[in-house]
Amino acid sequence: MTPQLAIFFVLAALAVLGALNLIIQRHPIHSALSLIVVMIALAGLYLLMGSEFVAAVQIIVYGGAIMVLFVFVIMLLNAGVEERTNVSKLAGVAGIPLAVALLGFLAAAIARSNESAQAGVESGTLANTKEISTMLFKDFVYPFELTSFLILVAIVGAIVLAQREKS
Amino acid sequence: MISFLNANATIIIYLVKIALLLFIVLTVNAYLTWFERKVVAHMQSRWGPHRVGPHGLLQPLADGAKFLLKEDPTPAGVDKFTYFLAPLMALALALTSIAIIPFGPEPLHIRGRDITLGIADLNIGILALFAITALSVYGVALAGWSSNSKYPLLGGLRSSAQMVSYELALTMSVVGVLLLAGSFNLRDIINAQAHHPERGILGWNVWPQILGFFCFFVAAVAETNRVPFDLPEAESELVAGFHTEYASFKFAMFFIAEYTSMITVSCLCTIMFFGGWLSPFPASWTFTHYLPSVILLPFGLWVIWDGIRYETIFGKIILPGVGAAITAMGAVLIAFPAVNEFIQGPFWLLGKIFVFLFVYVWMRGTLPRFRYDQLMSFGWKLLLPVSIANVVITAFAILMWGAR
Repeated sequence: MTPQLAIFFVLAALAVLGALNLIIQRHPIHSALSLIVVMIALAGLYLLMGSEFVAAVQIIVYGGAIMVLFVFVIMLLNAGVEERTNVSKLAGVAGIPLAVALLGFLAAAIARSNESAQAGVESGTLANTKEISTMLFKDFVYPFELTSFLILVAIVGAIVLAQREKS
Repeated sequence: MISFLNANATIIIYLVKIALLLFIVLTVNAYLTWFERKVVAHMQSRWGPHRVGPHGLLQPLADGAKFLLKEDPTPAGVDKFTYFLAPLMALALALTSIAIIPFGPEPLHIRGRDITLGIADLNIGILALFAITALSVYGVALAGWSSNSKYPLLGGLRSSAQMVSYELALTMSVVGVLLLAGSFNLRDIINAQAHHPERGILGWNVWPQILGFFCFFVAAVAETNRVPFDLPEAESELVAGFHTEYASFKFAMFFIAEYTSMITVSCLCTIMFFGGWLSPFPASWTFTHYLPSVILLPFGLWVIWDGIRYETIFGKIILPGVGAAITAMGAVLIAFPAVNEFIQGPFWLLGKIFVFLFVYVWMRGTLPRFRYDQLMSFGWKLLLPVSIANVVITAFAILMWGAR
């Protein structure tokens, strides 16, 4: 067992446990904190694969900006502890079998893929900052700019919706 | 024993470096509180701390002992886990960010090993720092929320809104520097400013990036929750803001975190805009290499003279001792040119950091606090557009005339 593999398992376990805790916890803030743990564990996994830039951006964007917004909104609304209800009928009939099926498909797909699980666990194999920026701003510049435009439209729309009516 | 040391030398060197840096940073933190109280006091025609030790120099020790020995009640109704997590997070993240700062150009040669000054030399240095800064919002926000009290909640809300708003300007303002250096690495950023050694101070990033520096410094002060952006702890409105319900050492942890991030921001300003460890003089002026001695010798002699005429016996012993040590350091620098050459980088870096720390304190003594809506409109309507304009102008200039 190489050190990389050991670190991988620690980070993977952290991510899975965080995701489970996100569902189990009954207070929204605790759930949000678990989600932050997942994000940081994922950033650690990217770092393990040698893509430092993606790891840093993962923490800055998801761990920093987006989750801070989540926490901010939860604090602002003063959301209380959520109540537990029994599992609904639909979830029992359709949800659980579908979840099991999805898990099975994913596991089968991973098992059948030719690349071994350790192929990614090597430093410097994945894109570095320069390659990522070349891809974004040269090869895929139109889709990228289009996405930015979409986000801009969404922001303007949100501002219009949130504006108070002028009386 | 020796073989064990040799086999694990890298790890041991790292551990020693980390312990040493922690010790230095915490000591500097403690004396920064003394410095701040003293400077603000003199600005307001007071004496500041002057009872504990000569010139109040032992005041930080007394404060530390007080923090350790005070009762630490946990208020009723707090969210226990988050309440304990928040100060830990604030302190741990603040201390982690110091690890990325490089403190000198040349590695130290000890018994055939090169020991670099600074712990982690990352390719994504500045991005890693921003990642840590991005997470440090949680310390403040969670402290405010978990205290189960009105004023801390308001402080926490304010701080998360403020930090999210100013983080944008903070990140955008350094893009110009990154374009000029072509790297995220802090050492590369400094070395890019040394491209024309004869220009000295004129080669620093602050001249082409004056807009970027303005945005960065303002946004960074806002990120550290310092005056004039200290709305999260505005004592005249919110008691003590997010740390109202914290006492004893948990309160001290927030305090240390705040001062540590002040140091980090000063380091960053120095490295990115003021040439890091580069001397402001042209490289051919070798006589300026005696400047550390020229400053240390008179300062040491002054401390000795001041100590001799000090009124308490303790001061009469301690101050001349410290003064003699400083004078000896100055003399050693003159006597050993190799040591003098080695000390040039750290000397300029620390000197510039000290200037920025003074500016921090100066602002606290001078500026009134922003109103909340002023804070938001300043961040979104002035800082962010200016920093984006700076990116566009810099990119255009580099396209036209190249990075140098």
